Amino acid sequence: MNIHEYQAKQLLAQYGVAVPPGDVCSTPEQAKTVAEKLFGAGNKLVVVKSQIHAGGRGKGTFKSGFQGGVKLCKSVEDVHEKAKAMLGQVLVTKQTGPEGRLVSKLLVAAAEEIKKEFYLAVLLDRETSRPLIMASTEGGMDIEEVAEKHPEKIIKEQIDPAVGIMPYQARKIASALGLKGDAFNSGVKLLMGVYKTWWECDASMVEINPLCIVVGADGKESLCAVDAKIGLDDNALYRHKNIQEMRDLAEEAPLEIEASKYALNYIKLDGSIACLVNGAGLAMATMDIIQHFGAMPANFLDVGGGASKEQVTAAFKIILQDPNVKGILVNIFGGIMDCNVIATGIVAAVKETGLNLPLVVRLEGNNVIAGKKTLAESGLTLIAGDTMADAAQKVVKAVLK
Amino acid sequence: MAILVKPNTKVLIQGITGSFGARHAQLSIDYGSQVVAGVTPGKGGQFFEHGGKKVPIFDTVADAVKQTGARASAIFVPPPFAGDAILEAVDAGIELAVAITEGIPVNDMIKVKRAMEGKKTRLIGPNCPGVVTPGEGKDSHGGCRIGIAPGYIHKKGNIGVVSRSGTLTYEAVWQLTSRGIGQSTCVGIGGDPVNGTSHLDVIKLFNDDPETTGIIMIGEIGGSAEEEAAEWIAKNCKKPVAGFIAGTTAPPGRRMGHAGAIVSGGKGTAEAKIASFKAAGIGVAATPSDMADTLLKMM
Repeated sequence: MNIHEYQAKQLLAQYGVAVPPGDVCSTPEQAKTVAEKLFGAGNKLVVVKSQIHAGGRGKGTFKSGFQGGVKLCKSVEDVHEKAKAMLGQVLVTKQTGPEGRLVSKLLVAAAEEIKKEFYLAVLLDRETSRPLIMASTEGGMDIEEVAEKHPEKIIKEQIDPAVGIMPYQARKIASALGLKGDAFNSGVKLLMGVYKTWWECDASMVEINPLCIVVGADGKESLCAVDAKIGLDDNALYRHKNIQEMRDLAEEAPLEIEASKYALNYIKLDGSIACLVNGAGLAMATMDIIQHFGAMPANFLDVGGGASKEQVTAAFKIILQDPNVKGILVNIFGGIMDCNVIATGIVAAVKETGLNLPLVVRLEGNNVIAGKKTLAESGLTLIAGDTMADAAQKVVKAVLK
Repeated sequence: MAILVKPNTKVLIQGITGSFGARHAQLSIDYGSQVVAGVTPGKGGQFFEHGGKKVPIFDTVADAVKQTGARASAIFVPPPFAGDAILEAVDAGIELAVAITEGIPVNDMIKVKRAMEGKKTRLIGPNCPGVVTPGEGKDSHGGCRIGIAPGYIHKKGNIGVVSRSGTLTYEAVWQLTSRGIGQSTCVGIGGDPVNGTSHLDVIKLFNDDPETTGIIMIGEIGGSAEEEAAEWIAKNCKKPVAGFIAGTTAPPGRRMGHAGAIVSGGKGTAEAKIASFKAAGIGVAATPSDMADTLLKMM
């Protein structure tokens, strides 16, 4: 699960990570109130940031024509105007796709004087199965680009999960980033807090980009998480009620939300051939074989190992709501699952939905003869596929003709 | 020989009285596997009865091992308790722990894997279909089945199969069996980002197993375990290896069902894995329908 920047900063702040003072707003009036407080506290600049689960906000364009999903403001009136221009509008960035995302919340925060920018992330190192802290002096930049062009500029520190992060490790990173004096001590504290956020919230990734040296009113330097992105391990959400409540359904595709209600694993794609498969690996492989034979998959859909008739019906309804779908490929390897149960489910679903698109079914496994008989005697005009390749070729042919 | 388990391997089942564990305990007994004990805390002293067999249930894995000599364990314990169950098996000296459970938090597995360093137990999974060494009977009856794979699709023979995906393993096994080609052992290593045994670990075992003459290795997007295995195969493997990588069409940044199946930060793409297979001389199946034929052409 992904969360918004303002939510990520709330979590980080709970673990002692410094974030710019500010608040989340859903109306221009709220934005104005927050701005009054921030300017009143002596801040010279305030930033207004669109809250969507996609990057590239600053360079994005609203469908209204308004440029930029992140704006620096010098006055309360300016904040009020910008909030009016952004709230309720659809922002298109390089990560949202052409349909864009509706902006219904803004983060209004102090924009402190930035002296230097860094990159910081905590993630799982899959090669060692241990947590890894990655930092770089090239803040604000795309870390993949830095990794490719200047791998020497990336600092890596592996954490032993038996003891967690030790302060000396935070000091090593702070030193490697070239932090000195007040900034060094502040950096150590921040690093410890960012790691704790990752571990204790069961995050899959915490990314602070940029992490900044800011200069306070007293002239002291300190480290501050100016932007923050957190992804969470879905498998661990059961033990974090506060984080579950951060889920924003508006950021998820409606069909994917519908599918999750039936414990179906569905991801919408752009192609024309829908697929319904049991097992994640087989579902991916089915998408691949559709492409191999010259068409594109409309979705990933894993109905799981013990799909019921209700689930199969729900799955058909979901894939048929995608207007791009021109044909359907059902690929079931019923190892333990009874193929006849699946066949009965398919027949019921087709009748219930009044399906009139080409449907190719490949059934293999337990009780497959009875399953094929059920399909053949159903009176439905479906096409039988013998192997995955045969079925994929048949559905591609039916759709492209 | 086969690898990891033989038809006479004594197996215990952690979580034998849950509906999922019970169902697959029955199927393993039907397959002729040596299911000697079950473990369900609080139900010690009771029996799991199926097909005329009475399998004793114990409160702890340690008791079950002591009383029955079980050396392998199938773990069907729900996700919040699965990490504990794995380490209980490790503590009891189980040689092979196979964690079927899907949905264990990653941080739990990070801790489990750290705690297992230096221990003799090998962990397969989690989030895996398990291990099958086919037997000599009809539909491979009499083999050792640990986990949830359909036993009857197998056939005793000489091809080793290793995969992160359950249904793709079945697909490959079925392609082999329908062509009259048997398997030495089939190993599902699981779809999670932190797992106990890698592709490479299994490939090394197959390479050393005199009964295995060819290998099918199935991978998918996410991580770099396939690349590591390919690099080793290029230098050391004496046997033909054919493979398939799922996820060429998967969009970056999305988790494709398996927790570990994700292309992130441009890493773990199908293209990179396929390129590493080709560079290592591994036969790459153009489609998942060609896994068996690709290997057979090399042999």
